[in-house]
Amino acid sequence: MTMVLNHTGIADADHNADALKRQGSRERRALASLTLPGAILIFLVLILPIGWLFWLSFFGASGEPTLENYTRVLKPIYVRTFISTFEVAGLVTLICVLLGYPVAYLLSQLSERTAGLLMIFVVLPFWTSVLVRTYAWLVLLQRTGLVNTWLIDAGLISTPLPLVHNMLGTVIGMVHVMLPFLILPLYASMRAIDPVYMRAAANCGATPSQAFRQVFLPMSLPGLAAGVALVFVLCLGFFVTPALLGGGRVAMWAMQIANNISVYGNWGAASSLGVVLLVVTAIILYVFKRLFRVDSFEGVR
Amino acid sequence: MLNRPATETQITHFQRLWLYMLVALVFAFLIIPCVIVIPMSFSGSKYLEFPPRSWSLQWYEAYLGSPEWRAATFVSLRAALLTTVFATTFGTLAAYGISRAYRAASSLARGVFMLPMLVPLILVAIGCYFVYAKIGLNGTTTGLVMAHTVLALPFVVIAVLSGLASYDMNQERVAQSLGASLPWAFLTVTLPQIRLSVMSGALFAFVTSFDEVVIALFISGGENATLTRLMFANIRDQIDPTVAAISSLLIGLSIILLVGSHLLRGREDRK
Repeated sequence: MTMVLNHTGIADADHNADALKRQGSRERRALASLTLPGAILIFLVLILPIGWLFWLSFFGASGEPTLENYTRVLKPIYVRTFISTFEVAGLVTLICVLLGYPVAYLLSQLSERTAGLLMIFVVLPFWTSVLVRTYAWLVLLQRTGLVNTWLIDAGLISTPLPLVHNMLGTVIGMVHVMLPFLILPLYASMRAIDPVYMRAAANCGATPSQAFRQVFLPMSLPGLAAGVALVFVLCLGFFVTPALLGGGRVAMWAMQIANNISVYGNWGAASSLGVVLLVVTAIILYVFKRLFRVDSFEGVR
Repeated sequence: MLNRPATETQITHFQRLWLYMLVALVFAFLIIPCVIVIPMSFSGSKYLEFPPRSWSLQWYEAYLGSPEWRAATFVSLRAALLTTVFATTFGTLAAYGISRAYRAASSLARGVFMLPMLVPLILVAIGCYFVYAKIGLNGTTTGLVMAHTVLALPFVVIAVLSGLASYDMNQERVAQSLGASLPWAFLTVTLPQIRLSVMSGALFAFVTSFDEVVIALFISGGENATLTRLMFANIRDQIDPTVAAISSLLIGLSIILLVGSHLLRGREDRK
């Protein structure tokens, strides 16, 4: 009698567990489907068009299959653009590191309250439209702009300096846009470094600069790598600021793509340039992720 | 004061003076372009000057008096509000699904939802332009809102996922065991507790759409040209002081949004 009861009890429990499991997996499938509206939209607006352009990049102007769009990327004019894009991106990233590292470091050493207040200087530009900031740089740097007027009034120069519509203006404007992208992840990772390590280094007899170089700097590298990868990649595809501050003298990848469409209507060429940009971007992000064990490029804002 | 040690490693404030000065200069570099336009926009002369010799509201009058600028502002606001609604709804649903689905499915979905943040914007722009041309969506609000919603989705998903990470999902299971259906349990138990994250996601969505330039340059036009598109053309072709007035208004808006996001984050931390 007891045996039977026991047996049915177990069977019931099994049955129950199975039913629960079935319901659970049904529920989880339903939950996964909640991602569908957004995922479908991403497919329609992002994946499908880019896939289509990728397909298109293998056909010539008259519709015959060809690789000419990719061999053209190797032509001197495109190679020059490619190199100058990398130069600008590299220069901007370097300046961002030189300016951003000390800022993130100092902020990470202050109390959270003070750092939070000073963060306004980093976050306000971040929330201000890129267009507005680019316009402000134009107002500051143009021939009759504020900087030139001040320098002339101060008697330092007699003719206005060419500060904008060239490489210099482009780099200044881009650094201004990119700097917060470097400082924010770097600051977050420096905050996470326990001050106890620096104290321990000092206890072991390290001078302040030794402690910084051998303890703090290596520990801040993953955050720095995340910022560097992000800034570099954003620079590669940057359109607005170079288009407005470069005055046509700075050839950038994104502008080349735009021109191929709006000026020449050449979809094959624009597509192949776009595909190369996408692949380069993906490789850089992947390499940084692997090399420096960057957890994610999420949460920049 | 300056000779007191600043850190545990006995560096004095005096030895750190260079660091303080460098950081102050970088802060000045960051903030000056964000504020210098404001006083200049009230200039009374025909040109932008700093400091203005006379004051007037002429550029604000020029902005508000121009049907073109007014229409563009309306287009941008409408697109941004619609984007906020769609991106916040879809993004919140997706984040909730991602946080509760099987791991394999959720990591795939997470990857898909991060794509719009990582793919170069110019490529998204020409892709949309190309496909929209086939189906007649160029120059429409629908097309613009679809593209902007996609751009805004990662920010909403990240914000809501971080809210869900600090929320105890067992509360929802308790509600379900007491007889609530899953949607009802989500709406009445989970959503109220993650509402601050949802709101900060919505804020990001609004800004993403309202400030977006590159896609708008390609796919918005005619009577549906956005404010950013009009500003871009204006800045490229001439230095029109009207843009200074608009910029000042936009800076005001970003300060309001910044304070808003700060308050949201502060309340989130205090929970």
